[in-house]
Formats: sequence, structure tokens, C-alpha cells
Amino acid sequence: MIELDAAEVTAWSPDPAGGPERVVRLLGPVTLRLGERRVAVVGANGSGKSTLARLLNGLVLPSAGAVRVDGLDTVRDGAAVRRRVGFVFTDPDAQLVMPTPLEDVALSLRRTVPDAAERTARAHAALERIGLAERAHVSVHQLSGGQRQLLALAAVLATEPAVLVCDEPTTLLDLRWRTHVDALLASLDQQVVVVTHDLDAAARAERVLVVDQGQVVADDAPGPALARYRALMTGSSDAVATP
Amino acid sequence: MSPVGRRGGTASTGRPLRGPWAGPLGLHHPGTSLVHRAPAGRKLVALAALGVVLVVLRGPTAATLALGVVLALAALARLPWRRTVRGMLPVLVAAGVLAGYQTWARGWEVGVEAALDVLTLVLAGTLVTATTRADDLLAVVARAARPLRHVGLPPETVALAVGLFLRTVPVVARVVGESRDAARARGLARDPRATVVPAAVRMVAHARTTGDALAARGLAD
Repeated sequence: MIELDAAEVTAWSPDPAGGPERVVRLLGPVTLRLGERRVAVVGANGSGKSTLARLLNGLVLPSAGAVRVDGLDTVRDGAAVRRRVGFVFTDPDAQLVMPTPLEDVALSLRRTVPDAAERTARAHAALERIGLAERAHVSVHQLSGGQRQLLALAAVLATEPAVLVCDEPTTLLDLRWRTHVDALLASLDQQVVVVTHDLDAAARAERVLVVDQGQVVADDAPGPALARYRALMTGSSDAVATP
Repeated sequence: MSPVGRRGGTASTGRPLRGPWAGPLGLHHPGTSLVHRAPAGRKLVALAALGVVLVVLRGPTAATLALGVVLALAALARLPWRRTVRGMLPVLVAAGVLAGYQTWARGWEVGVEAALDVLTLVLAGTLVTATTRADDLLAVVARAARPLRHVGLPPETVALAVGLFLRTVPVVARVVGESRDAARARGLARDPRATVVPAAVRMVAHARTTGDALAARGLAD
């Protein structure tokens, strides 16, 4: 269970007029309980949805309020939260650290699997599950964008997190790979929170959050939440109504 | 539309495209040779010892001998020659320039020795990373860095820094290549700022995102 209790994120921002820096609110206050297995977060660019996603893994800490995952506070128990919550980024290149797929997945396991042979075997198994075992030893640069995103997913899933947070995991992918990654995400046992611009993918979630100007302006089943989002984006009068 | 001769190039030579240059270091080439089976720690010690030997032994004969030994080991490990030579191209050019300068300044013996020493060391480094899994290298570095724990530096973090270094070389190459292509597309191929500034900005952004990704994977905890 993910709980956000009046969580707020603020940041210092330069004054465009040249005055002293001021504090601006990027997100919140947000109060939510996320227990559904599939949650989608949609919103315009710069609306605060990635900040919301980063709060869940402790990558961003709340300036006020609290964020808890299974009772663990992201401020007090950051390391434990990150062990429970895996995070997949939009650009896999930022996430892949080692030269080859096998080594990158093995790196994820260094903290939890002390034996090198077992680590390699488990990394191999993780690559087999996503169909990349044959490319285990090639350079990550030789993989296609879709394969790199799959590898980033495998590297996170190898640690068996309870929750997976994905920040626009399919934005850089073509339709074929997007379908493949979506199917993989759908098949997972974990709770999955996906930030996405893909409304078809969002429609398959159990719950959809719509973020706009740092606020969760809709929190509903996909049908009404996405209707609200569409109205927001097209400037229709429905957008003015409160959810 | 005419085909491009090189990645991002404008020549219509019809040659097949090549992938981005990825540098000589860092890519594991699996195998079962004697070099592959040697413990990672010993290979790193041998690499360090080779560096000392190259400094101590002077003259082109010793340098040629050292390069011959490393070439023989590379052959024993069945290193893919095409990929290795392509990865080392910038080093070959640098060694050529170094040889030219040293020959002009201090004579041909020093020129040949300097160039061969550089090639020997880079090839030996390539041999070590190609025949050793990164996981094993990290384990050795982490073991060697254990004393640093007393000054507050976690050994795993030091090992991770080495891994990141190996990974970052080809990333820098790719980012510079893409920035150069973007400058060409804007007709600014002759202005170095049009390549250097966006490449530097992108590398800083890449470093920040990589830091976030490491934190997200719990590797920085």
C-alpha cells in the first residue's frame, strides 16, 4: 500500500524579473492511498506527474507531509523503500550502467546475492524471461531502443520489488515495442504505477490519476478520469468542473 | 535520397553504415582461454606491473617485445580483431602523433618507444576488460578499496565508480557524435561551440539522470 499524506514538493526558483530566488510549489498537497495493482498517472508535460512518481521511490523527498510504502517512510527508511519500489525511467540509457546486459542485471543483484555464480545465473534467468538471453554479452549500445527498455525493466525486476513505478516507459518506443513492454508490465504480479501519455495504456489501469499544475485534479476509474484529462487538454468546459 | 556513407556523414559512397564508435575498453568478450580463466585480481596486478616495466625498460626493442607479448595474449584470448582495432583507432592516431613529435624532439628511438608503450598499455587494458566480467572486476576493486572504508568511502561505491567509467566512455563518444551531427544539420559543422556546448550540457544531464537511476536502484544506499 502506498500512502501520500498531504505530501508537498517545493523548490527554489530564480525570479524571472531578477529578484531574489523564491520558493515555488511543484506538487501538492496530495493525499492518496494507492492499493490497486494497476495505477496510471496522466498529465501534461511539466504538470508534476514525474515528481509524483519520484516521490513513491524516495528519489524526491516531500518538503511537507509524508510518503509511506507498506508503512515505510521515504524520508526515514529511504533504502528500505528503494528495495521495495523499483523505478524504470523514460530513457533506458540513463539507467543501464554496465557494458553488457548480463552484467547490468547482475549489478542490480550485488547487494542481495553475494555469490557471483548465483548472481550470474539469476541475471541470465532474468534476461531469458524477457527474451534477451541471446544478447546477454553484446554491448548495450548494440541493442535497439525497445530492447534497452526491456533490459532496464529486467534489471529492476531482478531485485523482485513489491512495487514498480515506471516514468513514461514507452514514450521513446515504436508501436511494436510499446505493445511488447505494455504486455510485459500487464503480466507482472507486482503493483505497477505507470506515468504515461499513452491513453490506451492508461485505460487498462484500475485507477487513473490526472495531474495538472501540481495538483491531482482527477482520481477515478479510467473512463471518467481520462474524459477529464481530455477535456483539460482540449480546453473544453468540462475541464472546469471539479472531479 | 542518396545513402549516407558514414553514420551522420554526408558522403554518398554507398558504404554500409557503421555503429557509433564505442572505444576499446569495457566490452566483455566471453571465452574459455587461459587469459579468460585467470583471476581478475591477477590480471589487474599484471596490468599495473606492465605499466611499471614499460617505464623502467627503455628502448624500442623492449617496447616491441612488450607489445608482442600483449598481442600474443590477445590472440590467445581470441579477441575480435576488427572490433578491437576499430576501438583503438583514435589511440593509433594519438600514438602516431606522439611518435612524430618525440622523433622530432628526441630521436626516433624515443619516438618508437613512446608510441609502442601507449599502444601496449591500451591494448593490455582492453585485453583485461574483454576477458574479465565486469562483475568480477567490481569485486576486485571493491576488495582493494576496503581500507577506504576507514575514511568514510564505501568500497562498493568505489567499485561502482570504476564500472561507470567503463560505461561512460562510449556514452561520451555517442553524445559527441550526435551533437556533431546536429551541428552539421544546422550548417554549423565548422563551429566547435555548436558541438562542444550541447555535448557538455547533455553529459551533465546524463550524469544527473544516471545518479538518479543509481539511487532508484538502491546502488547508492
